[in-house]
Amino acid sequence: MAVSTTIAATDSAARLGRSRPVVSANRTSAIVGKVLVGLFVAFMLLFILGPLLWLGIRAFAGSWTYPNLGPDSWTLHWWQTVFSDHALAVAVQNSLFFAPLTVLISAVVCLPAAYAFARYDFFARKTFLIGLFATNAFPKMGLFATIASLFYTLNLINTIPGILIIHVLGTLVFMTWIPAAAFAAVPRSLEEAARDAGASKFRVFFSVTLPMAMPGILVAVVMSFLASFDEAQGTYLVGAPVFYTMPTEMYTLVLNYPKQVAAVFSILLSIPSVALMLLARKHIMGGQLAEGFQIR
Amino acid sequence: MSMPSDAVSPPRPLSHGRAMAERSTEATDVAPASDVADVADGGAGSAAQEAGGLQVRGLSKVLGGRTIIDNLDLSVREGELVSLLGPSGCGKTTTLRMIAGFLAPDTGTIAVAGQDVAHLGAEKRPSAMVFQNYALWPHMTVFKNVAFPLKLRKLPKVDIARRVDAVLELVNLLHHRDSRPGRISGGEQQRVALARALVQEPDLLLLDEPLSNLDAKLRVKVREDIREIQQRLGITTLIVTHDQDEALSISDRIAVMNAGRIEQYSTPGELYARPRTEFVATFIGSLNRIEGSYRDGVLGSGSDVVGIRPEDVAFSATALPGYRPATVERIVPRGHFSEVYLRRDDALLRSYLGGVAPAPGDRGYARISKAMIFRNGLLVSGTEATADQ
Ligand SMILES: Nc1ncnc2c1ncn2[C@@H]1O[C@H](COP(=O)(O)OP(=O)(O)OP(=O)(O)O)[C@@H](O)[C@H]1O
Ligand SMILES: [Mg+2]
Repeated sequence: MAVSTTIAATDSAARLGRSRPVVSANRTSAIVGKVLVGLFVAFMLLFILGPLLWLGIRAFAGSWTYPNLGPDSWTLHWWQTVFSDHALAVAVQNSLFFAPLTVLISAVVCLPAAYAFARYDFFARKTFLIGLFATNAFPKMGLFATIASLFYTLNLINTIPGILIIHVLGTLVFMTWIPAAAFAAVPRSLEEAARDAGASKFRVFFSVTLPMAMPGILVAVVMSFLASFDEAQGTYLVGAPVFYTMPTEMYTLVLNYPKQVAAVFSILLSIPSVALMLLARKHIMGGQLAEGFQIR
Repeated sequence: MSMPSDAVSPPRPLSHGRAMAERSTEATDVAPASDVADVADGGAGSAAQEAGGLQVRGLSKVLGGRTIIDNLDLSVREGELVSLLGPSGCGKTTTLRMIAGFLAPDTGTIAVAGQDVAHLGAEKRPSAMVFQNYALWPHMTVFKNVAFPLKLRKLPKVDIARRVDAVLELVNLLHHRDSRPGRISGGEQQRVALARALVQEPDLLLLDEPLSNLDAKLRVKVREDIREIQQRLGITTLIVTHDQDEALSISDRIAVMNAGRIEQYSTPGELYARPRTEFVATFIGSLNRIEGSYRDGVLGSGSDVVGIRPEDVAFSATALPGYRPATVERIVPRGHFSEVYLRRDDALLRSYLGGVAPAPGDRGYARISKAMIFRNGLLVSGTEATADQ
C-alpha cells in the first residue's frame, strides 16, 4: 500500500517536471517516519492490551497447559462460579458503598484545603503540602500496621468509620494536590472581574472559580474513586473478617479457587474503572471546559 | 537634487497655545479662562465636581516596602474621559485597582459620583472595569458574560435579555451572542469586555490598557469606538495607558504619571505645548534634549536643559534671516514626513520635514523657532525665572 503511493507520487512528480531524487527522498523519509510511529503504537498496544488480552482469554479458559499458546478448552464455568458466590454480591455492594462515600468525604475535607493552598499563603503551607505525600511515601503495610494498633485502642477495627478513614487517607494526596493546582490555574483577574460585576466572594467561587477548576476536580474525583475502589491492604487489615470489598474478596477467591476465577474477578473489578474513565474523558477532554483554558 | 527654496516644516500635530514663556510652572497658578482645563486638581473647583465624576484625594500605597503611589490627587468630571498616562511601573495599574476596589489604599479618599467608596468592596462600588486581558469567563457564552452583572442584580429575565442585546448591539457583537469567548477574535473579546462593563451602567468606567493586546490598526479603530461610545453615553471614564498617541487622541484630559505621582494634568494640547516638567516634555511627543543654554535661537553652554520640538526646527536650502548653516547628517523616512538630523555649529538637531527630503551631506540653514528651558527638571519661563519649589 505504502509502496504503491510512493510510486504514484514520484510518477506525478516526474510528470510535473520536478527533480525526482529530492521528491523521493522526502517520500522515503516520510514513510520511514510513519513506519516508526506505527511500530511504536503497536508496541504500546502490545504492552497495554497484551495483559488484558491474556486476562480475557484466561477468564474463559477451561484448562491451559504450559507449552500451548492458547487454552485447551473454553468454558463459562468460572463466571458461574463467581456469580453464584454469595460473598461476591456483598463485596460488590460494599465497594459501591465505600468508594463514593470516600470520594464525598474526601472532597468535603480536601477541596476547601486545596482552595486555601492555592489562594492563601499561610503558616506552614509548604509543610502541609509536602506532609500530604507522607501518606503515600511510606510502605503502605507498615503505615497500616501502626494505624491498626491505634484503631484497636479506639475501637475502630471492623467498623465502617474505620474503613472510611483508611480509604480517605489514601485519597488525600489526589484530592488536595490536583484541585489545588486547578484552583491556582484560575486567573485572578477572572475572579476580580466577577467581583467588579457585583458578585460576593461566595458567588465568585461558585460562578467562576469552581466551574473553571472543575476539570481538575473531576480528575481528582476519578482518581480518588479508583484509589478507594482498589484499596485492599488497609481494608483487609481493618475490615476483615466483617467487611469484604471487591479487592479484599479477591484475596479469598485467589486462595480458594483456580486462577481463572481471579481473572474473571479482575475483569469485573475493572468495569467501574473503565466506565469512570470513559465518563471522565467525555467531560474533561472534550467540550468547553478544555476549550476554556485557551484564553487566560 | 532639488530642494525647496523655502523653509519647510510639516503641519503641526497639535495646536500650540501661547508662548510658554508667559506662564509660570506653579501648580497654584491661576489659569486664564481659556485654560480652565489646565487647572490642577487642587481644592479649587472641586465643589462643582462634587456631584459627579471621580474624586481621589491624597492616595498613597506602599507595596513591598516601596512607596508605589505617593499622595496622589485626581479628579475626573462627570462625562469626561481622562487618561492616566505614564511609563511602565509608574503605578497606573495600582492606582486603578485602588479606585476599582481590588486594593486597599494606605491613605486617601476615593469618591465616585459624590459617594465615598474607599471603604466599600469592589462588588459594592458604582464603577465597572475593563481588564487588560479582558478577563472574560471562558465557561460562559458572550451573552452570559454580559448578562452576569445583571443576573447578580436579580433583574427579570426579559429585562436582562433586552439590556444585554442592546449593549451587544452597541458594540456590534450581536452576531456573537452565543459564541464562547475562546472562539472570537481579540478585538471582539475586547468589545465583550467593554459591553460587560457598560451593561452595568456604571457611574465610572475604568479601563486598564484596554488596547494593548490589539494590533496597531485595530487599536486605532477600537479607541475611536471607545471614544464614540463614551461620548454617546456621556460616561465618566478613566483609562490607563502607556501609549501617548492613544491618550492624545481620545482624552479630554491627560494625567501624566511618573514614579507614583501625577506630574501634570491638562488637556492634550496644553501638555504638548506647555509641559510643566522635563519628564512630561520628553514623554509626550518628541524632543531635542540638549544640555546648555538657549538665547535668540542659538544654543550655548550652560547647566540648563533646552528642549526643542522637532517641528520647531526649520530647514532651508538658502540663507534666511535667523538661520544658521547646517549639514544634513541622517534621514529617517517616516512616511508622510522625514526625520532629518541637522548638524549646526551649536548642536545636532532633529527636525521633521515635509515635502521632498534633502539628502545626507546636503548643506543648508536651520533655525530654531521655539525652545523650552528646564532647570532641575522643571520648566522655567525665560531666562529670568528661577526654578519653583
Ligand atoms: N504586590 C506588589 N508588591 C510589590 N510591588 C508591587 C506590587 N504590585 C505592584 N508593585 C510594584 O509597583 C510598581 C507599579 O506597578 P503598576 O502595576 O501599578 O505599574 P503600571 O504603571 O501599571 O505599569 P505597566 O505600564 O507596566 O502596567 C511596579 O514597580 C511594581 O513592581
Ligand atoms: Mg499596568
